[in-house]
Amino acid sequence: MSAETPTLAPASGIRLDRLAATWGPHAVAALPLIALLLVWEELARSHILSAFLLPAPSVVLDRVWDDAHSGDLLTNLGVTLYRAMAGFAIAAIAGVALGILMARNAVVRWFFDPIVSAAFPMPKIAFLPIFMLWLGLYDVSKISMVVFNAIFPVITATIAAAEGVDGYLLWSARSLGASERQLLREIVLPAAMPQVLTGLQVALPISLIVEIVTEMLMGGTGLGGAMIASSRFADSPGVFAGIVEIAIAGLVLVKGIAIIRRHLLVWHQEAEEPTTV
Amino acid sequence: MTATLTRYTPLLLLAALWEAVTRAGLVPASALPSLDTVAAAWYRLAIDGDLWVNGVSSMTRGGLGLALAIVFGSLIGVLMAWYKPIQIVANPIVQFFYPMPKSALIPVMVLWLGFGDASKIVLIFVGCMLPVTLSAYNGARGTDQVLIWSARSMGASRARVLWEVVVPSALPELLSGIRTALALSFVLLVASELIVARSGFGYMIGWLGDGGAYDSMFAVVLTVAALGFLADRLYLMLMQHVLAWRE
Repeated sequence: MSAETPTLAPASGIRLDRLAATWGPHAVAALPLIALLLVWEELARSHILSAFLLPAPSVVLDRVWDDAHSGDLLTNLGVTLYRAMAGFAIAAIAGVALGILMARNAVVRWFFDPIVSAAFPMPKIAFLPIFMLWLGLYDVSKISMVVFNAIFPVITATIAAAEGVDGYLLWSARSLGASERQLLREIVLPAAMPQVLTGLQVALPISLIVEIVTEMLMGGTGLGGAMIASSRFADSPGVFAGIVEIAIAGLVLVKGIAIIRRHLLVWHQEAEEPTTV
Repeated sequence: MTATLTRYTPLLLLAALWEAVTRAGLVPASALPSLDTVAAAWYRLAIDGDLWVNGVSSMTRGGLGLALAIVFGSLIGVLMAWYKPIQIVANPIVQFFYPMPKSALIPVMVLWLGFGDASKIVLIFVGCMLPVTLSAYNGARGTDQVLIWSARSMGASRARVLWEVVVPSALPELLSGIRTALALSFVLLVASELIVARSGFGYMIGWLGDGGAYDSMFAVVLTVAALGFLADRLYLMLMQHVLAWRE
């Protein structure tokens, strides 16, 4: 992002562009973040806000370090990522499969279309207590909740993608004697890929958001569970350490899928990055 | 009419299946109350006023938080595209915090603002602001440079160009960003009310479930789901209306 030069903004007096030329755009992008960190540290040290409301970043990072040393961080991060990614993977596979089926089969389409279009905009998080009632408080209910929330953007994107496949490509392949199976693998899936990936890029942050909410509500291990426990014990460094840990995990995952997208779609004229949560 | 009916038959089928399965006793009522008891429970909650009191409390929180997010988010986003210094300072911060799972903010808001309305409103404001900011920024950044030059050469002031050229061309993307934020506001609202609150839909769902009043719990869950769906459909209609000037 930082490498892009916006066309709109007029030249300013600040010579950060020259700085960027010498130090690289990433170094310049880091400056506001470092400044933010310094302001936070100064604010916390000046005691304008109590250490309870705003623990200094040094204290928070110390806490992250302690969590990492005691092994808590690894356990919690592992559990959270496992459940979020398991749910995301199931939603991705089932969502793409159902989406393609719906695009190709009229009966399947007739049955699922109203269900998908009604469920997509619903706040499905409200169903969480029902999932707890049916599936208990452990991994199964959490992963199911993630699947239930993450699958709809994938289905919708896949249907749109599979329907948008260029008719000429399909006709040419058919007239060259391709079977339906070959058509699916060689034409439909690659042509649908950009939009499907967009759907997955929407579903990934949803998976994390939902996983963290389920942990906060049900407690137990995981980054969300640890945060809510800290908050109950009024342990504010613990809460802020949790924010830092979750923010970094989110950043790595979201940037990771964007990088995978760029690798998979080197052949494709890239569209805009999707607006997600 | 018949077309709509055929379209929504699968939903009716599901409802019929739900009723049949519970009537036949295939699943215990403690796991899935039958549809008619859920409807009766909804009616009771509506008559008692519980549904309205908590509903008004939830909708006020959601509405205020989302309104703040839209105002500040679009302002920051457009200014980021318009003034280079703001872009240089704000863009890295926005890009860094944007992928953060927003539900992680819930405990911080409780720490700062307690269990009441303020913690939910600020949560929704902060959580929904970044999608709006980024969509306004991307939309405004994509404004056709030729349009800006033309407007400037015809003597429009910079402020006027901003308002009459940049903002309208950013609108489609901004509006779809707001749609994302609308959905997110419901998620954050219900989640924060489920976890810590003393009123609101999420709180109701929590205590009804804890008390074993599953028919009432299902009634509130379905109400929230229906409201989220309706809000999205109404917003979509508004969006099409606002964007009617485009081909």
